[in-house]
Amino acid sequence: MSALYLTLVLPLFGTLLLSLIGHWRSAGAINLAICTATFVTSLLLAIDVFNQGPLLSPDKMFYVDAFNVYLILLNAFVGMTTAVFSGPYMAHELEIGRVDDQRMRLYYSMYQGFLLTMLVALSTNNLGLLWVAVEGATLATVLLVSLYRTPESIEAGWKYFMICGVGIAQALFGTVLIYFAAERVLPGSEESLLWSVLHQHATELEPAVLTLAFVFLLVGYGTKIGLVPLHNWLPDAHSEGPTPMSAILSGLLLNVALYAVVRFKMLIDPALGSNLAGNMMMGFGLLSFVVASLLLHRQRDVKRMFSYSSIEHMGLMTFAFGIGGPLATFGALLHMIVHSLTKSAIFITVGHAAHVAGTQSIDKIRGLIRTQPAVGWCFLLGTVAIAGFPPFGVFTSEFLLFTATIKSWPWLVIPLLCSLGIAFAGLFRHVQPMVFGEPPAGQVAVKANMWPVILHLLLVLWLGIAIPGVLASWIDQATTMVVGKGLL
Amino acid sequence: MQMAALPLSEQMILTLAALILFTSFLLLAQTRIVTLIHTFAWQGALLFFATVLVAIVSGRHHLLISAGLTLALKVFFIPWQLRRLVVRLDIRRDVETVGSSSLIMIGAGALVLFSYYVALPIRELSMLSTRNTIAISLAVILIGMLMIITRRKAVAQVIGFMSMENGLMFAAVSATYGMPMVVELGVAFDVLVAAILFGVFFFQIRNGIGSLNVDHLNRLNEVD
Repeated sequence: MSALYLTLVLPLFGTLLLSLIGHWRSAGAINLAICTATFVTSLLLAIDVFNQGPLLSPDKMFYVDAFNVYLILLNAFVGMTTAVFSGPYMAHELEIGRVDDQRMRLYYSMYQGFLLTMLVALSTNNLGLLWVAVEGATLATVLLVSLYRTPESIEAGWKYFMICGVGIAQALFGTVLIYFAAERVLPGSEESLLWSVLHQHATELEPAVLTLAFVFLLVGYGTKIGLVPLHNWLPDAHSEGPTPMSAILSGLLLNVALYAVVRFKMLIDPALGSNLAGNMMMGFGLLSFVVASLLLHRQRDVKRMFSYSSIEHMGLMTFAFGIGGPLATFGALLHMIVHSLTKSAIFITVGHAAHVAGTQSIDKIRGLIRTQPAVGWCFLLGTVAIAGFPPFGVFTSEFLLFTATIKSWPWLVIPLLCSLGIAFAGLFRHVQPMVFGEPPAGQVAVKANMWPVILHLLLVLWLGIAIPGVLASWIDQATTMVVGKGLL
Repeated sequence: MQMAALPLSEQMILTLAALILFTSFLLLAQTRIVTLIHTFAWQGALLFFATVLVAIVSGRHHLLISAGLTLALKVFFIPWQLRRLVVRLDIRRDVETVGSSSLIMIGAGALVLFSYYVALPIRELSMLSTRNTIAISLAVILIGMLMIITRRKAVAQVIGFMSMENGLMFAAVSATYGMPMVVELGVAFDVLVAAILFGVFFFQIRNGIGSLNVDHLNRLNEVD
């Protein structure tokens, strides 16, 4: 239990501390130290949960089970490795004058604040607090998107704020409706918004209200997942914000929003006794997957391109959770991990590549392998991994997902496979000249620490070749919780 | 059932609900910025009265705290802050021209009908006063969205956003006697932070593009 509290208190402490000293030269190192400590405590938490099963805090405010503990661990891990990258990166931005001391304080403080809201959202047992935390994540990151104060970044920030604010308001209405339904079953109880209580009484809840609630919840949290047609904010926010933010937005925030939707689906499925919620998710997911893979081709900004790739993958996961069944759910849970790891690695590499070329424009980044082999190769391998090539983990999870689709909805494999091919072509068409092309004269290597990227890619490779037994049994437990039946 | 047959408290709640919906329409049609802010404050005040009424009638006194938060944030702090920003940005006299305003009003009317249609399955299992209040709060939320879509001035969009928030609070108060305290506090905190961030953004937008007209925020396109 104390591990959980520490995991939450550390980033809170970091938010306050770095809001005061974020402009120090050592702020990057302090940020990294706090993130590392958070990772260690979350590891202890994970071991606790692994040994003792689900943890419910005494005041019933927090609930950690196999489903969210691995996401907490993933969050803390990606937060830590991105912090390794963010220190030198932001120091460079400070040097070239894109940010000043005050904005550095804002940046570091909100970096921790964002991690805090993510961890609260994942570990809370209260569905209302889940909403508060996800909205808090928007608020924490919105000023970071406009950190550079260019007209483009301000536009991106405003769009992000309005679209996500409006979207997430729908989710609050859905939460109110869930509370309304719960009040019928547990009148006057202060506990009727607790997930652990609601899950026990799920079958007694009124189906008509829950159906309506889920529509609002899916639209609301779906905006944050980046589901088409609510995805407009995502490429803008990712391309205009500082690159470490893009890495954690893509790797973590989208996962947390999807987590919220799946939690609600777990309540709604038993109440409805049908796969209505799943069908809605499948529709949105498939649409996102197809549209994003087409839009990949039209991009001119490298970060925008990879944010479309994020939409594509989030769509695929939403689709897979929608199918339901142990195989698809197992695949989707695994895909959450490998996508987070790969995508944050790619964004970190893109950050270095943009420093090498001095621009984010795809047309102007050329010849990375010649100028700086480490960056070039990581870029290429990361793209290979995200496109779903064996032996990387993305291949494994996508293989599982497609197998599940063939079993239950064979015809849907056709659009899925086509989109996968289109997305692959879109990625490589842009990435190949960036990596292999002729470097412009005078392009020199920059100081780059590629260890976080290499570590992420190695982990993804490991997951592709052999999933460690501990992790497999965790994901299996989570699968059992989500769909009632394990895979292994 | 006749309105007069209801207990007095429910009649009052329904009246307040109608007035909140009415202020939503006013917000949608109002083009002067200062008046817009005042109308928004009135909507907050109505929400405050509704919350106090529900707190007294239902005997759930924690709702009084929620009412106090509404009073402090929606009636005083946010309108005061918006007004101050409007004065500092010197856009007090701005009048926004909203294209095809009659069409927008008809659209808002259609949204009210739609909300009643959506709330139909809920109405069946609920007491009489909540039948209407859920539909009306949904209508307030949707009209707030419509306002964000139709307005071009950042300040008006923020008011639309905050009036959506009012609709949500009204839904929570009237349908479920408020949310659990910790959630109420969290939501109020989020609203407070959002209000402050909006202020920051006004200056950023103003400095970045030289006006508060969000139509000028058009540099990021899918295809260029």
